[in-house]
Amino acid sequence: MMIYDHILIRYGELALKGKNQRKFLNQLQRNIKYQLREFKHVQVKRTQGRLFVELNGHDPTPIVEKCKQVFGIYSLSLAIKVDHDLEAIKKAALYALQQSKDTHAFKVAVRRANKAFPIGSQQMNQILGAHLLKNTTRFKVDVHEPDIIINVEIRREATYITSSVTEGLGGLPVGTGGKTLLLLSGGIDSPVAGYLAMRRGVELEAIHFHSPPFTSERAKQKVLDIAKRLTVYGHTINVHVVPFTKLQQQIFQDVPDRYAMTIMRRMMFRISEAVCRRHGILSLTTGESLGQVASQTMESMNTINEVTNYPVLRPLITMDKEDIVAISKQIETYPISIRPYEDCCTIFVPKSPATRPKRKIANEYESKLPFESLIDEALNGIEIIQMTDEKSTEDFQGLF
Amino acid sequence: MMIYLDNSATTKPDPEVVKSFQQVSERFFANPSSIHQLGGESEQLLLEAKQQCAHLLHVEPEEIIFTSGGTEGNNLAIKGIAFEHRGRGKHIITSEIEHSSVYETCKALERLGFRVTYLPVDERGVISIDDLKRAITDDTILITIMHVNNELGSIQPIEQIGQLAKKYPKLYVHVDDVQGLGKVPFRLKASGIDLCTMSGHKIHGLKGTGILYAHKRTSLFPLFHGGNQEGSRRAGTENLAGAVSLAKALRLAKEKEQTEVKRMYELHHYMRSELKMIKHIEVNTPERAAPHIMNFSVPGLKPEVLIHMLGEKQIYISTKSACSSKQIDDHRILSACGYDESRSKSALRVSLTYDTTKEQINTFIDVLKDSINRLKEVME
Repeated sequence: MMIYDHILIRYGELALKGKNQRKFLNQLQRNIKYQLREFKHVQVKRTQGRLFVELNGHDPTPIVEKCKQVFGIYSLSLAIKVDHDLEAIKKAALYALQQSKDTHAFKVAVRRANKAFPIGSQQMNQILGAHLLKNTTRFKVDVHEPDIIINVEIRREATYITSSVTEGLGGLPVGTGGKTLLLLSGGIDSPVAGYLAMRRGVELEAIHFHSPPFTSERAKQKVLDIAKRLTVYGHTINVHVVPFTKLQQQIFQDVPDRYAMTIMRRMMFRISEAVCRRHGILSLTTGESLGQVASQTMESMNTINEVTNYPVLRPLITMDKEDIVAISKQIETYPISIRPYEDCCTIFVPKSPATRPKRKIANEYESKLPFESLIDEALNGIEIIQMTDEKSTEDFQGLF
Repeated sequence: MMIYLDNSATTKPDPEVVKSFQQVSERFFANPSSIHQLGGESEQLLLEAKQQCAHLLHVEPEEIIFTSGGTEGNNLAIKGIAFEHRGRGKHIITSEIEHSSVYETCKALERLGFRVTYLPVDERGVISIDDLKRAITDDTILITIMHVNNELGSIQPIEQIGQLAKKYPKLYVHVDDVQGLGKVPFRLKASGIDLCTMSGHKIHGLKGTGILYAHKRTSLFPLFHGGNQEGSRRAGTENLAGAVSLAKALRLAKEKEQTEVKRMYELHHYMRSELKMIKHIEVNTPERAAPHIMNFSVPGLKPEVLIHMLGEKQIYISTKSACSSKQIDDHRILSACGYDESRSKSALRVSLTYDTTKEQINTFIDVLKDSINRLKEVME
C-alpha cells in the first residue's frame, strides 16, 4: 500500500550561512528530534541539502503540527519514498495526485540530482504527466497555473514524491543565537517579544517581579503559564521570580508619584542585569513598543536605559498594538495574558506618571533611596522555576 | 456471569475514571472562578483538562466546551448556530436518521420558522453527497449530520461533507460523533468541520460529561446565560471533576482505538457470519459499519420478548436506541433505510466495547438461537 511515509523539511535561510551551516543544521536536527520525542519510531535524518523525518508508521498529522513549532524550518511537505524504479515512481506520483483535494490542473516537476538515473528530467516530466492523465479523469495539465505540483526528486539514496507544501515558522533554530533574559510581566506584549527573540535562534530565560500580597499567586501562575506556553518552541525556560514587594513599597513611599514608575523600571533593569551576570546571559529583552504607555516614550527609555550597559532587545519597538495582539493570538499566549489579575506594573499605577522623565532628576531621587541593600535582598530571594513542555504538573499526577 | 452488549446505550465507567472523579471532587472542590488560592488550583486543573482533551483531539484548548453530554452538545450546536446566525439564513440540512436530540431539535426549530431539509438515506443508511449538494441554498446556514448511526452503525462520509461545505463560506457543519468517538477515527481539524458533539458515558466515562468542539471562529448563541465560563458559551460553575474524568476517559479510549478496534472489527465480522446462519434472522447493519454496532431483525417476533429471554440469562442487548426504545412504534431510522414494517419493528441492537470477547459473543449466539427456536415453536 502506498502511503506518505516521510516529511521533507526545507530550511531556506540556513543554506546561506557558509561555515556556520554545519552548526546550524546540527542544532535544527537536534531541535526537531526533541520536538518529536514522544513519537517513538520517528527518525530525523540528513542527506545533502535536505532534512527528512521518517514516520515509520506514525500518523503524519500531529508530527507536521509539531514541526510547525520549530524555528528554522522554512517549509515542509509530506513525501513518499520509493526506489529508483520508474514503475514505483509512477505509482507514487499517481497516489499523490489522487490524494489531493479540490485540484484540477497539475504540473509535474522532476529534479534529477542523481545523474546515475537513466532518464533525464525533461523526459521524466513527460512520462509522468502522461501516466497521470491516463489514469485519472478529473485532471488536466497546466504548467503555468497549476493548482497542484507533483514534485519528484531523484536523489542519490532514493526518490521522493511530494505535492502539498506547508509553511514553517522560518527564523533560525533556537540555540544558535545565545541567551537573553526576558522581562515577563504577564501582559500581552512581553510574551510576543520573547517569541520574536526565539525566532532569531535565541534561547530564553525569564524574569518576573512578584509583589505579594499586592499581586497574587495567580498572577505568578499566569506568568509561569505564559513561559510554559513558550516552551512549545523547543526548550525549557527558567523563570526567575524576584520578591519585589519591599523595594516597590519603598519607591512608592519615598519617590514623588510622577517618577515612581521610572525609578521602578530602573530598579527592574538593575536587578535583571545582575541576574544576567550571575547566569552568563548577555542581553535583556522587553516588550516595549514606542509610545504605548508613559514608560515607553523616547525620554522614558533614555532615562530607564541609563542604569544598564547590557544590550536591551526590544523586538516590538516599532510595532502597532494590533499586530502585537495578532501574534499573541497566533502563539496562544493571548488568552493567558488577558486573565484579569493585577501584576507588578498595574498595582501601584500613579495617577499622572511623567512621560518625559529626566536622567538627572531620576538620579537625584535615587540618591536618597537605600536601594542597593534592597536590591541585594531581592536578588537573594529569587526563586528559579524551570518550565518545560511536559504535560501534567505534579499536583495533578494520576488524575489524567 | 453477566454479558453486557448494550454499550451504545451506555458503557460501564472505567474504575480509573471513577477514581479521578472522586479524587478531584475531594481535593479540588473550589470554584475555578474564585480568586483565592484554592480557586486558582481548580482553574489550573480545569485548564489542564481542557489542554489534555485538545491534545487528544488535535484541536486547540479554547475550542473545547465542556457540556453535560451528547444531548446538550447537539442542542447547543444546532440552536446555537440557528439563533446566532438567523440573520444570514434560516435553512438547516440534516438527515432522516439522526439521533432524537438532533432530530427533535430540528423539529422544534421548524416551529420557530426555520426550514429543515431531512436528507434520505440508502439501504445502507448513508446519505448521498449529490442530494446534499442539491439541498444547499443561499439560505442554508447549517448542515448537521451524525458520524456513526446509533442504531445501525452506518458511517456517514463526514470528511467529504466538511470538504464540500468549505466551498460555502457561510455554511457551518456540525457532526454528532457520540457513537463514533473512540471507534471510528476521522480528521476533525482538516475536514472543515466547525462543531462536533462527544459524550463521556459512551466511552467508559461518566454520565453528565461531554464535549462540544467548536472551531475558534464559530460564534454560538448560548443555551445557558450567566457567568463567563467556557468563553461565555456555557454559563454555570464548571463540573471540574467531570471534566477531569472525561479527559481520562478520552485518553483511555484513544489508546484503545489504536490497540483494540482491529480486534473489534474481527469480532464484528464473526458475529455477522454467525447471525446470518440463523434461520429467521435478517442482518440490518451494512457491511461498511462501525466495529461495535450490529443490528438485526427477527421478523414476526416481538423484540421485547427476546430481550427479556436473553435477560433471564443475564445477557443484555437492546431494541433500537435507548432514548426512544420505550415508544413502541418509533422505528423511524430503519424505515428510512427502506425496510418494511415487520423488519423495522422487530429490530434488535447488539453493541460491543473494547473488551468484549469471542466467548461472550458465542454464548450470546447460542442463547439467541435457542430462544428463537422456542418462540417459533410456540408461535407455529
